[in-house]
Amino acid sequence: MAYSDKVVDHYEHPRNVGTLPKEDPNVGTGLVGAPECGDVMRLQMKINPETQVIEEAKFKTFGCGSAIASSSLATEWVKGKTVAEALSISNTDIVRELNLPPVKIHCSVLAEDAIKAAIADWKKKKETSTPAATATGD
Amino acid sequence: MAIKLPIYMDNHATTPVDPRVVETMLPYFHEKFGNAASRNHSFGWAAEEAVENARAQIARLINATPKEIIFTSGATESNNLALKGAAEMYREKGNHIITQVTEHKAVLDTCKRLEKYGYEVTYLPVAKDGRIDLDDLRRAITAKTILISIMYANNEIGVVQPVQEIGKIAKEKGVLFHSDGVQALGKIPVDVQKDNLDMISLTAHKLYGPKGCGALYVRRRNPRVQLSAQMDGGGHERGMRSGTLNVPGIVGFGKAAELCQNEMAEESVRLRGLRDRLKDTIFSKLDEVYINGSMTHRLPHNINISFAFVEGESLLMGINDVAVSSGSACTSATLEPSYVLKALGVGEDLAHTSIRFGLGRFNTQEEVDYVTSRVIEVVQRLRELSPLYEMAKEGIDLSKMNWSASAEH
Repeated sequence: MAYSDKVVDHYEHPRNVGTLPKEDPNVGTGLVGAPECGDVMRLQMKINPETQVIEEAKFKTFGCGSAIASSSLATEWVKGKTVAEALSISNTDIVRELNLPPVKIHCSVLAEDAIKAAIADWKKKKETSTPAATATGD
Repeated sequence: MAIKLPIYMDNHATTPVDPRVVETMLPYFHEKFGNAASRNHSFGWAAEEAVENARAQIARLINATPKEIIFTSGATESNNLALKGAAEMYREKGNHIITQVTEHKAVLDTCKRLEKYGYEVTYLPVAKDGRIDLDDLRRAITAKTILISIMYANNEIGVVQPVQEIGKIAKEKGVLFHSDGVQALGKIPVDVQKDNLDMISLTAHKLYGPKGCGALYVRRRNPRVQLSAQMDGGGHERGMRSGTLNVPGIVGFGKAAELCQNEMAEESVRLRGLRDRLKDTIFSKLDEVYINGSMTHRLPHNINISFAFVEGESLLMGINDVAVSSGSACTSATLEPSYVLKALGVGEDLAHTSIRFGLGRFNTQEEVDYVTSRVIEVVQRLRELSPLYEMAKEGIDLSKMNWSASAEH
């Protein structure tokens, strides 16, 4: 299967690889997928509590080239957006941007899930509003 | 010495045709192009002579007689012929077949079809090392067992089954023994007498011969095996397989067999050395790497390694100037991880991280060193990207985590 140039680019030069401190109250962590499925994505976002703007995003992925590209692209797209804008990113946008073939569509779905999971985690942390009550992303 | 890229290390999938084999085949395309069954002119006679010569070359490689070699289009057809042909022929005697779980799909799917026709099939499990338990085999045999089919060596993990012992048991109990010998032929010694084989499936394209040409060894003495033909027509190959013979392919198959006969001993030592060099270097430079299948009973040129926390397809993408294959779901047409690794008890998470290296006649030490350093480099890079590696290094037990797989999975 030939990869699109964009997938190869993200694979060779992934954007925003890394880790944000989970305990930071402004950081939301989304951990989706499962090792038995061959796909695990961890997407983290640092969100400004007043403006709801995503100031920083980092990812790490265990998965194929398309999965790595989808999550790398996701971090690129959410940076600078508000939470509401980020929630409107759909997997089909990712499929279109990366030219993913049908057999790889599930990678884009997982990336969309990761975005939503990170935001949900951040929201949950705000609600409980105790810095120590951090979700482990389970 | 300059290395030519890309490097091919997937010799279990297929092999390049040896230039000496190509040379031997060429006249049979445009000069001696006759149909081997044309009995009445020199074109036919020349083709027939070439075919009989090849038959003898192949028979010699397995210590059989030429009359016992039946040509087919490939080992898949040979497996089909052996299983369906014997099942149909010996129906009155019984309807039970014994095979095992890591067989090639050509055997497993044929067995599934036979089950639909009312045959009973026992699929023996394998141990962690990939081999069947001989006591399991003994216990599985009943008065209605007509055939045992156990592959000589596995294509994914290179593990060699206890063929001689299986043959002994089969002979004791009066059950026919067939083996899929595709990966073993020309790589390790195969002897139909010593191994007590009644049938063995062979193919040319795994031993530096052309694709589209295979054979089935069918024993003629002690006992005389009979098969119900699956291809009807002109009655070729003693009525067992009708169809005009692929003369150039057969000539190539014969030459490839002869080369293996002459070169196998030395070649297997050389390839074992290269394989061990690849394995030892990887193990010295990386942590969390695991070998799948027995190292003791294994083809000399095969190794199958799981690189924990790094998914197989992404690894293949990183070493894109090297051709190998993976047991990862992402690399399979059906998005299922390797059923062979699953049968060994390898967890699905590790199955997704597995890479199969199949060395061959044309691989050099320089190539092995290049591949080894690329693999190590890419694994290290991908582990930087892997949340699982990070979590494992922090001491988190990944097996105890509650993973939220996406609803789509």
